Amino acid sequence: MKSPAEYIQLKKRNQAIAKTTFTAMSLIVVVFLFFLLGFIFIRGIGVISWEFLTSMPEEGMTSGGIYPAIIGTFCLIAGSILFAFPIGVLSGIYLNEYARESFGKRFIKTMTNNLAGIPSIVFGLFGMSLFVNTLGFGDSILAGSLTLGLLTLPVIIKTTEEALKSVDDSFRRASYALGATHQQTVRKVVLPIALPNIITGLILSIGRVSGETAPILFTVAAYFLPKLPSSIFDQVMALPYHLYVISTSGTNIKESRAIAYGTALVLIIIVLLTNLLANALRGYFGNKVKMN
Amino acid sequence: MDKIATKDVNLFYREFQALKNITLTMKVNKVTALIGPSGCGKSTYLRLFNRMNDLIEGVKIEGDILLDGEDIYSKTMAVDELRKKVGMVFQKPNPFPKSIYENVAYGLRVNGIKDKNYIDEHVEKSLMQSALWDEVKDKLKKSAFELSGGQQQRLCIARALAIEPTVLLMDEPASALDPISTAKIEELIYELKKKYTIVIVTHNMQQAARVSDVTAFFYLGELVEWNETKIMYTSPHDIRTQNYITGRFG
Repeated sequence: MKSPAEYIQLKKRNQAIAKTTFTAMSLIVVVFLFFLLGFIFIRGIGVISWEFLTSMPEEGMTSGGIYPAIIGTFCLIAGSILFAFPIGVLSGIYLNEYARESFGKRFIKTMTNNLAGIPSIVFGLFGMSLFVNTLGFGDSILAGSLTLGLLTLPVIIKTTEEALKSVDDSFRRASYALGATHQQTVRKVVLPIALPNIITGLILSIGRVSGETAPILFTVAAYFLPKLPSSIFDQVMALPYHLYVISTSGTNIKESRAIAYGTALVLIIIVLLTNLLANALRGYFGNKVKMN
Repeated sequence: MDKIATKDVNLFYREFQALKNITLTMKVNKVTALIGPSGCGKSTYLRLFNRMNDLIEGVKIEGDILLDGEDIYSKTMAVDELRKKVGMVFQKPNPFPKSIYENVAYGLRVNGIKDKNYIDEHVEKSLMQSALWDEVKDKLKKSAFELSGGQQQRLCIARALAIEPTVLLMDEPASALDPISTAKIEELIYELKKKYTIVIVTHNMQQAARVSDVTAFFYLGELVEWNETKIMYTSPHDIRTQNYITGRFG
């Protein structure tokens, strides 16, 4: 038997151990993150210049810039947004606000979750088969955007649904009690409250789209294409694929190493900026919802 | 004159019968208090009158429920029209995350009113009726969340009044409030019954005694007894009513 004093001692010790462990683990995460960012930054910052960002790759991608890859990535982001946002958000609204608990709804939800678990390379193959070949879009921004859009759909549906689910039911009841219709309640009360979270989800999905390589591999990405696209049926270069190419199968991997780090840095900065934008917008809309 | 009348009303949540043969009438410009222990069906009964039970899946309703002599569960009754006539105030203050002004204007807007002057007038009038105007007239554009709990509840009352209902349903409107705010709400009920027919659910027997003209006692889904409040509190007929009112169970 331990005395009460010993028990208190023991509890204190356990508390201390638990706290130290948790703190240490989160520190490890932070350290790795900063190490990674710092590593890329230090290796990549040297090649970054206005010229690097705005000129074509030259001499078998061992010098010159990454302009077409940046533009290509932005095209793909824009294309997949145009496709996936409306469909994803509307499906999320349907699932949470309209669909009754039923087999059909559970089925859709399960399928959406499963879809989110499919490896992105499979999306790439599917996109190639459906968009590139069957629908005849060829390797193009259109095919790549649709494939990337499909990839992010489950995430967008899920975030929208979660954002709507977190809206307290008392707001819905209050709205109905004032004679509002279902549609008015969703549009004027539920959506404005859920909007900040929906937007955050959307922007985070942009971050994901901009970094994906596998889905664009067979659907749009060009190995080397030193010109800008003129239509949605053109191929483009894209940052993640360009990074892959010059790191593994470029004409001179050693000489392109610096450019590879520069490309990685640009990619990371784009993702970081979208995340910052997500936070800023959430703050902005959060205030707006409260104010009006 | 009967404002609301129910006859032999039964309500089922799937298999469970929550209301059993309730026959009760509510008079114009009177306050009817529904009292009884938790789970007795009083809130369920209240929600019949603006058809809020419709939102719950698996609810089945039998019997006649009449508002101004009209069956509110008939096929031709538009639910949103009904809810314009029957306003509701909930247990927990639930203003929208909008400005004070927009909260009160909401009911008007969703009912298709766009005229700004008309909305301005009704916002002011409703806030006056709910005795909140003086406290908020200088900050109508501020968020409703900046108000205290008691003020929020009066805002919710103003919001319900803005669409000019004839009946006001109150589901334990003061149970989440402090005593001073509660007193204000009770005073307000006293004022409002001049214009509205009020049905209030309350856990608080003193409150029922203070604010109501008629009291109905519910127990296990049955309407045990109803009468003028004075009579209910001085000489109830049923022993269960007597036990409840004197605090022997609750």
